[in-house]
Amino acid sequence: MKRFIGFIEKEFYHILRDRRSLFILFGMPIVQVLLFGFAITNEINNVDIAILDHSKDATTKVIIDKIAASEYFSIKQFIDYEAAIEPAFKKGQIKAVLNFEKDFSNKLISEKKATIQILTDATDPNTANTISNYMASILQNYQEELNKGIALSYQIVPKTRLAYNPELKSVFMFVPGVMTVILMLVSAMMTSISITREKELGTMEILLVSPLKPLQVIIGKVVPYILLAVINAIIIILLSIFVFRMPVQGSLFLLGAESLLFIINALSLGILISTISASQQTAMMASLMGLMLPVILLSGFIFPISSMPIPLQIISNIIPAKWFIIILKGIMLKGVGLAYIWKETLVLLGMTLLFIGISTKKYKIRLE
Amino acid sequence: MKKENAIYVENLTKMFGDFTAVNNISFEVGKGEVFGFLGANGAGKTTAMKMLIGILKPTSGHAQVASFDVASQADEVKKSIGYMSQRFSLYNDLTIKENITFFGGIYGLKKSVIKEKTQELIDELGLKDEANKLVKSLPLGWKQKVAFSVSLLHNPRIIFLDEPTGGVDPITRRQFWEMIYREAHKGKTIFVTTHYMDEAEYCDRVSIMVEGKIEALDTPKNLKTQYKVDSMNQVFLKLARNIE
Amino acid sequence: MGIKVINISKTYDKIKALENISFEVKPGELFGLIGPDGAGKTTLFRILTTLLIADTGEATVAGYDVVQEYKSIRNHVGYMPGRFSLYQDLTVEENLNFFATIFGTTIEENYDLIKDIYVQIEPFKNRRAGKLSGGMKQKLALSCALIHKPKVLFLDEPTTGVDPVSRKEFWEMLKRLQKKNITILVSTPYMDEAELCDRIALITDGKILEIDTPEAIKSSFPKKIYRVKSSGTFQLIQDLGAYDKTHSAYPFGEYIHFTSTSTDFKAKDLVDFLKEKNHSNIEVMETDPTIEDTFMELSK
Repeated sequence: MKRFIGFIEKEFYHILRDRRSLFILFGMPIVQVLLFGFAITNEINNVDIAILDHSKDATTKVIIDKIAASEYFSIKQFIDYEAAIEPAFKKGQIKAVLNFEKDFSNKLISEKKATIQILTDATDPNTANTISNYMASILQNYQEELNKGIALSYQIVPKTRLAYNPELKSVFMFVPGVMTVILMLVSAMMTSISITREKELGTMEILLVSPLKPLQVIIGKVVPYILLAVINAIIIILLSIFVFRMPVQGSLFLLGAESLLFIINALSLGILISTISASQQTAMMASLMGLMLPVILLSGFIFPISSMPIPLQIISNIIPAKWFIIILKGIMLKGVGLAYIWKETLVLLGMTLLFIGISTKKYKIRLE
Repeated sequence: MKKENAIYVENLTKMFGDFTAVNNISFEVGKGEVFGFLGANGAGKTTAMKMLIGILKPTSGHAQVASFDVASQADEVKKSIGYMSQRFSLYNDLTIKENITFFGGIYGLKKSVIKEKTQELIDELGLKDEANKLVKSLPLGWKQKVAFSVSLLHNPRIIFLDEPTGGVDPITRRQFWEMIYREAHKGKTIFVTTHYMDEAEYCDRVSIMVEGKIEALDTPKNLKTQYKVDSMNQVFLKLARNIE
Repeated sequence: MGIKVINISKTYDKIKALENISFEVKPGELFGLIGPDGAGKTTLFRILTTLLIADTGEATVAGYDVVQEYKSIRNHVGYMPGRFSLYQDLTVEENLNFFATIFGTTIEENYDLIKDIYVQIEPFKNRRAGKLSGGMKQKLALSCALIHKPKVLFLDEPTTGVDPVSRKEFWEMLKRLQKKNITILVSTPYMDEAELCDRIALITDGKILEIDTPEAIKSSFPKKIYRVKSSGTFQLIQDLGAYDKTHSAYPFGEYIHFTSTSTDFKAKDLVDFLKEKNHSNIEVMETDPTIEDTFMELSK
């Protein structure tokens, strides 16, 4: 045990003395969260939209006026028939089309329910998503106004198409994504680099020719990064709460436990990468291409999985980050407990055990 | 300043913070001379050499290489010298031919000239069968011979060799020195560092650096007489003892 | 308790790194593997330190089989790989402390073993290893390899790239360690260092040329060696190369070592030849062969 502690102590020296990496390690989550929070803002302003009003009655007029009056949208054109929607989009002048069904007012009164279709331009999914959210909230407001003091409430049903992650009603959706990316980066990339560095230096030879067990070497390399990753996760959550006022709905304990599970998952991937790469450079490329890109592209962080082609949707299942993002969103934004995310947790746990199994099997007690 | 000297160094000093790596050294190397630049590890050899080849600015003092000032005319210096070091000489993942083409290219040689020189070099070293093999598959000695030839591609007047024969087998090491002699015979100036003291004997003149200063500079014969010993190894041990 | 190597062969990507190597190092012996880079020394060290498995053959270190009992070997040997494998970002003291800890010991416990070496670098104990000179790195690396009091010490080219002063000191240290009953296997490309070993194996291209004491190896040289000198060394090399009675002519310091093809060769023949070639200050004298002479003769 003393050997092991001595090993971990050495790892901390490495980490603490490499000021530049340390700066990146802790600067990055802060910068990323702030970047996503402020710069890549989900606020919209005076977005050009078109209206296709099949009813042209009093209610639709009120709604249209309300939308036009909002600072978020400006009505660019009125369309008369469905077939004209696509050309309007293609011209690229409008970002969304609001499609009122026939007999809107009558339906609302007789059936207590009427439908509006919100079509958004999916080429910019973030904006598209925000647009439909904003639009929906304007309609929601109107509906509440309408229903004041009425026992049997009217319902305006917005049907969004090409909208993304419809369950999300907040602009905080980037937090789980950023957290996943950072944890993946710190855990997988940093460990794989630090292990391969020993190979490059030749110190791995000495460690192998010592009574330290290979497993001890690996765990010793990994422990400090677990700690770093946990600190990073805490920084991200604190930033989200205090800078962006994001309410964390669910249990913090569950959040911590799930994060730890994901961190261990990523670490075992890092070890796996280090067993197949001989140099720090290869390890870095492998982590970036093999882990970071899928995490960013296929996990649902930036591009919603539901709008991907089927083959990509299937592939996304083998990406641990996808499951972690679902878990995070569930806990942070919806406040659900383990009862709702046990499936995802189980998948993540299974993957973790698998990776640990492969990497301990692949880790060599000799060179070659 | 004297023009006939290949290298002219006057009061050259390099400080890193408070640490004086090279302390006020002065010497001259004549044209066509094989000059051995010796010293213990950490004595300041590498730093001095880096200043001479124009990649490190002196803190004070002057140095002229091929009659160009190393501080203000570094580009001219680089064009007139060849450089080869033990640490890096050729790209391992390129073939011999590709290496020659590459280094010829960075010195701005014409394609036709490169082609001609490549053929010449391969014939001279007897590497016909190896020309298209990756450098990493060559024994170290051959690699160093190729590297030396490559450093001559642009017909430099002065060649700097930084421990060119470390780890090379004894026969190839001697063949390497024959190549050095041949170039010196053609009038090229050779500036070489080595840890093999028998190689120090092959030099026309030798300087020994100790803690940033040049403690001795003469022909091997005179040095041995001066220190009353019979090999350069003993001269070196006498001078450089008790440092570090 | 020494080292035993029986018919070891190892091939990497079709290149034979080691071909049927056998030798024995007696307990407490200082044994040198002498050969240039690429001779297979490092591969052999890695097999003996359990880092690689040979294709064929067997080996034991301190009585343990290198394949079956690799764990025991790892507890009992000290290994200093070719490059001084130290943590560049840790200080001298931290490096030593770390290696002591992973071998389950402390600096204090075995201080007397490393004292001689460590006192020389102790003034710099708070300096990072990356900032040390080559000679100091070498001493630190040796201290680290010794800190757990190994029975067998493997030193792979400990003196490569190190200046003659540090090399001399290093060999003095090895001699002292040997007195403390540590078996030492050391490799080096410097032929002059061979003289300092009890016994040596000359190795090149994965094959052992000769195993014996340095004295015996030198006296096994089959020919008479003459050292030759004249006023123009370069011309001398050229002319000796063209001389029809030359078997070999290699520069050795200020002299050329010359051997002849003919058995009844006389120094006078050579003097006459050189005079004919207009050499002046001619000196031809019989001399004793060195290890390097033998090595070159055998690997020719």
